[in-house]
Amino acid sequence: MNIFDLTIHELHTALKGKQVSSLEATSAMLKRIESVEPQVGSFITVTPEQALAAARSADQRIARGNCAKLTGIPLALKDIFLTEGVRTTCGSRILNNFIPPYSATSWEKLHDHGAVLLGKLNQDEFAMGSSNESSAFGSTRNPWDTSRIPGGSSGGSAAAVAARQAIATLGTDTGGSVRQPASHCGCVGMKPTYGRVSRYGVIAYASSLDQVGPLTRDVADCALMLEAVAGYDPKDSTSVDTPVPDYSTALGGGVKGLRIGLPKEYFIDGLDPDVQKAMAAAIDTFRRLGAEFVDISLPHTDYAVATYYLIATAEASSNLARYDGVRFGHRAQAGNLLDMYTKSRSEGFGSEVKRRIMLGTYALSSGYYDAYYVKAQKVRTLIMNDFIRAFNDVDVMLTPVAPTPAFKIGEKINDPLQMYLSDIFTIPVNLAGTCAMSLPAGFSAEGLPIGLQLIGKPFGEEAILRAGYAFEQATEWHTRTAAL
Amino acid sequence: MNYQPVIGLEVHVQLLTDTKIFCGCSTTFGSEPNSQTCPVCLGLPGALPVLNGTVVEFAVKAGLSTNCTITPRSIFARKNYFYPDLPKGYQISQFEDPICQRGWLDITLAGQEPKRIGITRIHMEEDAGKLVHGDSDMGAGSGVDLNRACTPLLEVVSEPDLRSSDEAVAYLKQLHQIVTWLGICDGNMEEGSFRCDANVSVMPVGSQTLGTRAEIKNVNSFKFVKQAIEYEIQRQIDLIEDGGTVVQETRLFDPNSGKTRSMRSKEEAHDYRYFPDPDLVPLVISEQWIERSRSELPELPGQRQQRFMADLGLPPYDAEVLTASRALSDYFEAGVAAHGNAKAVGNWVMGEITRALNDSGSSIENCPVPPERLAELLKLIDNGTISGKIAKTVFDEMWKSGKAPRTIVEEQGLVQVSDSGAIEGIIDEILAANAGQVEEYRSGKERVFGFFVGQVMKASKGKANPALVNELLLGRLKGQDGG
Ligand SMILES: [Zn+2]
Repeated sequence: MNIFDLTIHELHTALKGKQVSSLEATSAMLKRIESVEPQVGSFITVTPEQALAAARSADQRIARGNCAKLTGIPLALKDIFLTEGVRTTCGSRILNNFIPPYSATSWEKLHDHGAVLLGKLNQDEFAMGSSNESSAFGSTRNPWDTSRIPGGSSGGSAAAVAARQAIATLGTDTGGSVRQPASHCGCVGMKPTYGRVSRYGVIAYASSLDQVGPLTRDVADCALMLEAVAGYDPKDSTSVDTPVPDYSTALGGGVKGLRIGLPKEYFIDGLDPDVQKAMAAAIDTFRRLGAEFVDISLPHTDYAVATYYLIATAEASSNLARYDGVRFGHRAQAGNLLDMYTKSRSEGFGSEVKRRIMLGTYALSSGYYDAYYVKAQKVRTLIMNDFIRAFNDVDVMLTPVAPTPAFKIGEKINDPLQMYLSDIFTIPVNLAGTCAMSLPAGFSAEGLPIGLQLIGKPFGEEAILRAGYAFEQATEWHTRTAAL
Repeated sequence: MNYQPVIGLEVHVQLLTDTKIFCGCSTTFGSEPNSQTCPVCLGLPGALPVLNGTVVEFAVKAGLSTNCTITPRSIFARKNYFYPDLPKGYQISQFEDPICQRGWLDITLAGQEPKRIGITRIHMEEDAGKLVHGDSDMGAGSGVDLNRACTPLLEVVSEPDLRSSDEAVAYLKQLHQIVTWLGICDGNMEEGSFRCDANVSVMPVGSQTLGTRAEIKNVNSFKFVKQAIEYEIQRQIDLIEDGGTVVQETRLFDPNSGKTRSMRSKEEAHDYRYFPDPDLVPLVISEQWIERSRSELPELPGQRQQRFMADLGLPPYDAEVLTASRALSDYFEAGVAAHGNAKAVGNWVMGEITRALNDSGSSIENCPVPPERLAELLKLIDNGTISGKIAKTVFDEMWKSGKAPRTIVEEQGLVQVSDSGAIEGIIDEILAANAGQVEEYRSGKERVFGFFVGQVMKASKGKANPALVNELLLGRLKGQDGG
């Protein structure tokens, strides 16, 4: 067995038992990155020296008998997380040379645990995209079929886990950006409840929807990562001050008597037959394990994508105003202030980002605000209420993550609407602010991973982790690896 | 035709908090450019605002002191526009649901009935940074200093209830008095801690339809507010009389010329695209919190003025002068507490104290004569130890040396002479030496009397009890014999 094939909990046991050192593990990961990176392209920046230094200090820590769950574990982060002293681009040319003077709270927490940073992962520019094709640094390829997209926007985070370039990674999920790539790359991806993980130091796309989430090889690792990064942060007013449960110990217990809702709006005719088959098999597995299924309805699902593209772009148009070339980032040569603004932003932003800034600016502009932004907020409330009502009858919900397995690179690049629809099953969860997880549930005829989505109540991460763990124990999908 | 001016004011009040409104940076001024900054007020990627609770406290105080309703659930909004001094490309402010709404202040112009001026709203917001042009500490070209970025402001918006520049100034002065009284603003207009924009329009007298308004920016003294409004009223009237129309625009007041000039028209106005800031949760203020804040409010200038008239019997003018600032009025009250006679203390505070403060360019907060000492001085007059005239000499010495009045009186031998024998002795000498004037007096030229008083006081080095001098001198001159 290769070190790079280990999970967090396996590597932790090996580190603690001194069978392997963090330096050995980190070196193995760096070697793996070097060998498969030309095929996959998961990374924007690899930080070998820092990684090896961090591994050495982790080993000293372990030698002192201080081996926490993540001490010495080589991880990587989506390039949306600020990392002090390490270039952070957010997949954009406008931040090509941005070296942050401070770190995101979530990375600080992992760092405090003694985790090792291998580098920064590719993503759609400013997390705007579902395929990683909008990155200014070239698209990442799906390790299961390198002619296909890894999903997005945390495509590099999912591909790096699937390609065994990092033991686990962090991504962010605004409309499915952790779950959809996790599904396409055959790994576990969690979008926690809004407010569960601090957004401080995470470059904002749509502030009311963005949430940090782990991508891992299995559910147990997902619990470990979530435990490490979750919790109230006084620097983020929208983070919620509720205690963080011990997610790892909540994994056991099974699903006997668990009421699982099947929202009819998610099992539509257009669903890919392989996805359909995988869902049917998953339902059988859960039933065998003792879960009960309830047919439910989330009646406003149809409006979710439109609502999302008004709220998310409105917030983005404002969030991205700070990239003006004045204090940091790309500044174009210009003779006057207006030229400096327009040139810097024209050169710095890619076309998808520009499209969304324009859409959002329009939605907020005087005369259209009520018709678009205000109405979208009203629909968002209706969607939230759908979930609240449905959760009166069920404990969790089961749905597909994406309507199809990973599509081909370039297939939807010129059809933004088709691209936007690939998040149709993940977006409502962000609008409702609740939690959901994607986990491997099968493969298509072409051998592409298919994920299933478990949706939990707000702050109900334990329930979906427990259900996911039970499913994982009963299946072997998560044990397969992409041949590279 | 006669025209009726209609004026509304928007006042920015910079709050005296130790730290900025959305980050922990110090609000100290005059530091190295960009030294009082952090990721939040620099608008760095990933940084998030966290509301400073003291700002809310101050806003509620201001609202309660101006008869506003406190909004139980108020919302922060983003005001979007590009400018180099605005790091995030938006200013965090409030738009719908500001923290204070529907208040009022009563203003009184000399010789008129009080008039109620509505306050539409008070909201919290962050200030922008500062552009530095040309050669400066930051080098040639233009620079941005973000030390001021994210410092807390209140914006107080009045209804268009003001009808003259005098009313506008009276309203502004009262608002200024309240925020400085509350200690939430230093009130320094020159440095921009209290700054005012004026919305001015005119309409024919008797009309119900408001004219098109111009917004005048950058008026940073009471005098300029009066000037700017009066200039603008006349400009608009002249324009209409000449057959023109007033356009909605923003105008800048130039204190050098006393004129306003166009800055940007309505067409050029920004579409600020206000929307609720998703980084900040709604601000929920409980009824208990509001009530506690209300109970902790100090007595306000208007209330104190009423009390000075009702309880201390001060005339309205004295009551107004003695409540000009909280410190002055606290000083006066301490003096009254130590002495007892409000009228006497009031006269001294409005007279000698104010004069000495003005002469030395000092403020009542740094007055070298504490109110208890002033009371001691007045007691020395009351019990006849010194005369009122000598008291002024003693006061000047107290101001200079900080010594107690009794010490000064003793050291300099200033105790009033009330011994009639001693005074009579002096009188006799004076009369003897000025026989001619005595003759004049006795032949009917009674105004020579003043000459004798002056001579006696001079001979006694001012210490003779003036009442006794009068009495004894009169007796001698009118008396039995010429001695
Ligand atoms: Zn700051």
